[in-house]
Amino acid sequence: MTTKSQAVLNWIDERFPLTSSIKGHLTEYYAPKNFNFWYFFGSLALMVLVIQILTGIFLVMHYKPDASLNAAGVPVAFASVEYIMREVPGGWLIRYLHSTGASAFFIVVYLHMFRGLLYGSYRKPRELIWIFGTLIFLVLMAEAFMGYLLPWGQMSFWGAQVIVNLFSAIPVIGPDLSLVIRGDFVVSDATLNRFFSFHVIAVPLVLIGLVAAHIIALHEVGSNNPDGVEIKKKKDANGIPLDGIPFHPYYTVKDIVGVVAFLFFFSAVVFFAPEGGGYFLEFNNFIPADPLKTPPHIAPVWYFTPFYSILRAVTYPLFGLDAKFWGVVAMGASVVIIAFLPWLDRSPVKSIRYKGPIFKIAVAIFVVCFFILGYLGVLPPTPGRTLVSQICSVLYFAFFLLMPWYSKLDKCKAEPERVNFK
Amino acid sequence: MSVDQKMDSGRRTLLLATSAAGGVAAVATAVPFVASLTPSERAKAAGAPVEVDVGKLAPGEMMTVEWRGKPVWILRRTSEMLASLDKTEDKVSDPASDKPMQPDYAKNKHRSINPEYLVAVGICTHLGCSPSEKFKMGAESGMGADWPGGFLCPCHGSIFDLAGRVFSSMPAPDNLEIPPHHYLADTTILVGEDGKA
Amino acid sequence: MKMRVINLIKRAAAVLLFAPALALAADASVNLDKAPVSTEPAALQHGAKLFVNYCLNCHGASYVRYNQLENIGLSEQMIRDNLLFTGEKVGDLMKIAMQREDGKAWFGAAPPDLSVIARSRASGDGSGADWLYTYLRQFYRDTERPTGWNNVIFENVGMPHVLWELQGEQVAKVTQNANGSKHVELSLAKPGKLSVEEYDKAVADLVSFLVWMGEPVAEKRKAIGTVVLIFLAGFFVLAYALKKNYWKDIH
Repeated sequence: MTTKSQAVLNWIDERFPLTSSIKGHLTEYYAPKNFNFWYFFGSLALMVLVIQILTGIFLVMHYKPDASLNAAGVPVAFASVEYIMREVPGGWLIRYLHSTGASAFFIVVYLHMFRGLLYGSYRKPRELIWIFGTLIFLVLMAEAFMGYLLPWGQMSFWGAQVIVNLFSAIPVIGPDLSLVIRGDFVVSDATLNRFFSFHVIAVPLVLIGLVAAHIIALHEVGSNNPDGVEIKKKKDANGIPLDGIPFHPYYTVKDIVGVVAFLFFFSAVVFFAPEGGGYFLEFNNFIPADPLKTPPHIAPVWYFTPFYSILRAVTYPLFGLDAKFWGVVAMGASVVIIAFLPWLDRSPVKSIRYKGPIFKIAVAIFVVCFFILGYLGVLPPTPGRTLVSQICSVLYFAFFLLMPWYSKLDKCKAEPERVNFK
Repeated sequence: MSVDQKMDSGRRTLLLATSAAGGVAAVATAVPFVASLTPSERAKAAGAPVEVDVGKLAPGEMMTVEWRGKPVWILRRTSEMLASLDKTEDKVSDPASDKPMQPDYAKNKHRSINPEYLVAVGICTHLGCSPSEKFKMGAESGMGADWPGGFLCPCHGSIFDLAGRVFSSMPAPDNLEIPPHHYLADTTILVGEDGKA
Repeated sequence: MKMRVINLIKRAAAVLLFAPALALAADASVNLDKAPVSTEPAALQHGAKLFVNYCLNCHGASYVRYNQLENIGLSEQMIRDNLLFTGEKVGDLMKIAMQREDGKAWFGAAPPDLSVIARSRASGDGSGADWLYTYLRQFYRDTERPTGWNNVIFENVGMPHVLWELQGEQVAKVTQNANGSKHVELSLAKPGKLSVEEYDKAVADLVSFLVWMGEPVAEKRKAIGTVVLIFLAGFFVLAYALKKNYWKDIH
């Protein structure tokens, strides 16, 4: 480095921790060298967040949150989306990137969460990382839900109508609460405008803050790995973990491979199947919102359906409160319970590699239930389907609530001293 | 040593190639985003050429039409008004219209196709205000006894003659813009499109 | 060749990602005929002409500008001469003069805007094109309906059979299936100006146009997508080689 640029760097470093931040988070952040395929999804989630923010900024320049009808009798908001698709140069691509990005976000985040579950990444000392992560997931659901109202199609409208009415199930304050959320007696222009505000300003700010907290907490304690071994326990003479390698360049070049591979599949959807078979852009949402006519079958977008199934699975009143209330409670609990994993898992080892058969079977059942719930959430309910979703909901909660016992009972293998790397 | 150097050169090549590919990807990604900032089809449709019938315009009168959201003046000049252009010849900063503020067919003293009709964008070339008409000559105009008739920009006082030429030492740097236009008939002008040659 | 690759990618993506949609199709209750959708300019132009003559009186296409039809090979002059109503400009949106309230009063429901009809009519039963292709060929005479027309897949539809001059008049013979569901058999009682084959072709062209109008950028999107995927495949090879090179050092 020339002395001149060194001088500039020094000048900055005396006023801002530039060099030390780069060292702390990249060149001298030591990550375990045995990361596998599952460890791509953290950086991919960050990448999708950037895609969503960037495309979002440009969409806001053309989108109009206005439920009133234009001269042709189409709601202005709906028409402005078609305006972006047809009349804004490049607008169709930006919109498809954003709509596909929403689904991609959930795919990547679900896989990222599953990674944590497999390798015990939530265990001490990473409880806070996991809690921040669960909050990110919750906030992401709010972000996606409010964003989905904006195109003001039939699914937007009726989806919002149903979800907002969930809040009215809460005893005493419920009805007033849903009124405050909507700002009207039905989902209307007022609702559209406040959801727009939340979707583009408030929630993204919270999301970015939580993502920063998630990463800062991670870099404080260091990354877990597929063996669940704490690499900081074995250090060389310089205090560098023996199984650690600098994040940059090793994981930056590796993550680029993951990003490019992800972009390949992402682009395949964006350019060749942007509707995602009716799952990413629902067919009914190409019909403008009509407050007088509910579509024959409404289902939430695919990423909400496992939780939606749990909501519908509750059909019994309890303690004098109706089933609707308990459905909402069950749905809320099914998300919140994820945050308690660090204290539910009592296994002596972190990684599934060394856990015993009981835990492995429990995870397998959990995953199968999650998929079945997700699938049933797309379909209209029938008595048979409701029964299946009830069984799956019970198993879903059993996976968490029984974990303190079965994880302790399980016959685990001994964790190795050092990570496996070939 | 030599093995290390070999490895290094291979790595450098790959680094360069990957960075180049990344650069291409970044630029290609920027294309739709930058494109989305340019006028949309709606804006283009709204900016379509405007047909104007000037048959009812009396000599010395001016009408204003909207083209791309901007005022376009059409002034039917009297012979007296046209004569005033000779007087302003040495007072304006670009008498021969050398700067490209007009299509080639309006690059003449009267800055128009037909000397009688001036078609000009009524936006001051300084900071975008619309000048007001000061057609009366002499002291009556309130512009001084030797005022030859023209336009005055209310914002910063730039003055233009009746061909839209800016006077010397004014805030406005250029003559008023002459939009592309052509005659569909003797008294019908299409503003916004050059005539098909 | 390119089309084949694209189709292959499309099929693979559909199978891998959207297998549940196929399972959903098992619930299908409506039988739709597969629409022979074309992207040929001649078919689209014919469809555009039918659309303007038969649909655009009651239905608008208020997101589409006439001059966008240049993308299906019509010149500005052709649009001006053949498709524009008096007083319209080529840059205008394809709007209609009929008021929504009138539409509601005349047909029971305001005729919907058709800009994205081909996308909104898709379902587990088939694509939106299949639905439209079936719908426009299954009108039949029904004296009990105020318009005198009914439709097999859209029962008690408010829209009259605007293409009846071309198709002729069909009548229905309703029978009960073994499982109790209704089975409707259509036969041509009075032939129209077109033969059955000609009429099917005309409807196919009209539907092709509606599909094009649903997303005018679709063909361009796929063309760009092919380039993007090829580029990313190359990028992947480079990135992977770079990663391999760096990770040689790690033991």
